[in-house]
Amino acid sequence: MNSPVELERAQVDPLGREVGSEDRPWMTVVWNDPVNLMSYVTYVFQKLFGYSKDHATKLMLDVHQKGRAVVSSGGKDKVEADVAKLHAAGLWATMQRDS
Amino acid sequence: MNGWSRRGTVLVTDFSRQEAAVLRGLVGQVHEMLSGRADDGPRDELAELTGIRTGHSTAPDDPVLRRLLPDFHRAEEEDGELSERDSDSAAALRSVHEPELLEHKTGVAQVVLDTCPESGGRIELADEQADAWLAALNDVRLALGTALDIREDGPEEVAQDDPRAPHLGVYHWLTVVQETLVEALTS
Repeated sequence: MNSPVELERAQVDPLGREVGSEDRPWMTVVWNDPVNLMSYVTYVFQKLFGYSKDHATKLMLDVHQKGRAVVSSGGKDKVEADVAKLHAAGLWATMQRDS
Repeated sequence: MNGWSRRGTVLVTDFSRQEAAVLRGLVGQVHEMLSGRADDGPRDELAELTGIRTGHSTAPDDPVLRRLLPDFHRAEEEDGELSERDSDSAAALRSVHEPELLEHKTGVAQVVLDTCPESGGRIELADEQADAWLAALNDVRLALGTALDIREDGPEEVAQDDPRAPHLGVYHWLTVVQETLVEALTS
């Protein structure tokens, strides 16, 4: 997680436009959990996000093997809603914004 | 219970009386914990007037409830502290979303209580009810898993005289109930 100072600092893109912290997308992160079943996690990703079985399986394996995976991204409201839906399904999800 | 199978538009299994009693007991306990959390949420006149509910802004002390109702942010390092800004944001997001989450979780628990007869026997679920069962089974497994301190590497089993032995047996049985329901639903 970034410190507030870093987040507030404006970035400059190659075309010279200033990109403020408000423009960076939010990310929905799902964390590994020893209880949740691999088949159920894959099913939840398909059901909630409409992902193909292959894509959902890849994300599930990332969670399982790497400890976490970014499963969706976008504006704050969308990601907030995605995290809420994942909590309802019992998955351990959080939201964050990277630099 | 020999797993679930699809028969046309419904998912079907058979529970013994004892299996039904175990499942109903555990789902009932989780329902009670969640209802308790909802009932001791903050009350204010403005919320009652506007109908906009405001929930708790702090995470539950109880580890089981804390796992069922996670924070919206997490520190990058394990056991690390959230920055002040993230901590404020997590509190605000919790108070906005927790009432709805509690309603959802008590709702899926109620679907199980309504569709699993006390005497056991044949259970038939429409797909939507099966989704509610999956979420409720997951909540019960999370609750038991937290209480039993289940980790990635086990324990798969414990000695027969270990006080956790009967609960671990139930946990593994619930895993089979959930796993076979996912299989039947997606086949």
